[in-house]
Amino acid sequence: MRFIRTKAVVAGLGLALSLAACGDAGSDGGETVDVDVAEDAAAEFEDGTRMKELAEAGTIKIGVKYDQPGIGFKGAADDMPVGFDPEMGKILAANLGIAAEDIEWVETISDNREPFLQEGEVDLVIASYSITDERRAIVGQAGPYYVTGQQLLVRSDSDIESLADVEGTEVCSVTGSTSLENIKAEGAQPRGFDTYSECVDQVLDGTVDAMTTDGAILLGYAAEQPDDLKVVVEPFSEERYGIGYSLDYPEMCEWINETVTASFEDGSWEEAFAVTLGEAGVEAPEQPELDPCPSA
Amino acid sequence: MEAVFSNFDEYLKAFGVTLGLFVVSGLASLVLGTILAVFRVGPVAVMQKVAAVYVTIFRNTPLLMIFIFMAVAMPKLGYNFLWVEDLEVAGYNLSAFFVRSCIALTLYTSAFVCEAFRSGVNAVPLGQAEAARSVGLTFMQSMREVVLPQALRAVVPPLTSVQVALLKNTSVAAAFGMAEATATMRAFTNNDTDQRTGIFLAFAIGYIVLVEVVTLSSYVLERRWKVA
Repeated sequence: MRFIRTKAVVAGLGLALSLAACGDAGSDGGETVDVDVAEDAAAEFEDGTRMKELAEAGTIKIGVKYDQPGIGFKGAADDMPVGFDPEMGKILAANLGIAAEDIEWVETISDNREPFLQEGEVDLVIASYSITDERRAIVGQAGPYYVTGQQLLVRSDSDIESLADVEGTEVCSVTGSTSLENIKAEGAQPRGFDTYSECVDQVLDGTVDAMTTDGAILLGYAAEQPDDLKVVVEPFSEERYGIGYSLDYPEMCEWINETVTASFEDGSWEEAFAVTLGEAGVEAPEQPELDPCPSA
Repeated sequence: MEAVFSNFDEYLKAFGVTLGLFVVSGLASLVLGTILAVFRVGPVAVMQKVAAVYVTIFRNTPLLMIFIFMAVAMPKLGYNFLWVEDLEVAGYNLSAFFVRSCIALTLYTSAFVCEAFRSGVNAVPLGQAEAARSVGLTFMQSMREVVLPQALRAVVPPLTSVQVALLKNTSVAAAFGMAEATATMRAFTNNDTDQRTGIFLAFAIGYIVLVEVVTLSSYVLERRWKVA
């Protein structure tokens, strides 16, 4: 049933996109979903909650990644990041009555997500942010809103077909990432770079044998250069993407979970997926089951 | 810090890579830097120019850019140094990443070594060189026997600063495929986010210890070479 609905959404969007393309020849892809911005949202929330403060302020700072096509990507000349994570951010902001153009996007890299939340540099982090116990000890993570797994991106002519083939090869990812640790455990020589794009370049040059990280990110890159790159092996880890919030505002957890659940039900989650990761040929996954919020 | 103590072998291995980068590029930069310094103070105008241009280029370019050039641009141009992985040194295979990092660090540090040496040569009274030439020594002989030994004594402190800077500069390699101390620290903080402060301190202490070893050995040299 849902499959049919997804297809309908994709088809509908495809039509909408092709129509949009007529009017706006300059931009290809990077279309986003229009979400209904809640009106008078501040009245919905209890006094003293962070949600009310944000709704009254009319702006929210959301940390996303800028170098993951499909998940969170912003080119040098773009005004706004595009991808599944920014779409989720828009859905959450809309629930607070904040329009997409009033969101203040902040680039976060893997390293600074916790400090940014702890210091109030951002209100939310939606940045392919896997839920772990260690992270949950110092920041809040609601969700998951998406579950993916680690895979390998190799050149089209590569011999690597199974996970066992990576032993003794050089595999790159982002410095200090969980993916890099996982692949090291498989016997590969880990090569850390600052950004995924540098890592992809190394694969294309043949300097490293493969790149590894969450399948969704890899498919985004493979979709950009389908002739040169391919994604291999079944996912060999489970990454549950959560939405980070500060532990100073534990009330945000229930609100995030409610908003995400609502987006599951009204189809906006699937729509957000279809126009971002869906473009790269990824099938809409099962809607993940959300973790219950810690009792404050 | 618990995360560090329970993975202490990884901690040591990380500083081992840092030390490897430091020792290889430190020695290489001393050799290249000395040659450049000799060029700069030598009598051949072309060599003076070549060395001066080298120093101007590499001293004025940020190390990060040299790294980007070596690690990102060179492979695009077809020079990926993958052939070094076939070489075997004492049973170990060098990695192309290590070689590229060492080249970047050496190119950068040599410019500073050259200038440190030049300051030492300038500190040797002119009469020394003139006396050496007047007893019939060639330029290379007078450099080797008279000028450089005296210059070396004068440059121990500035040269130490250059090498200490190099030791800390190895951390730039963290972003270019080397699992050295800084990259490993980031892996640790990713795994055990709640112990961020302890992990940071453990790695900062590691760098401090290494730098202190370099500094103390330079003091020993200074004392030994002191003019009586």
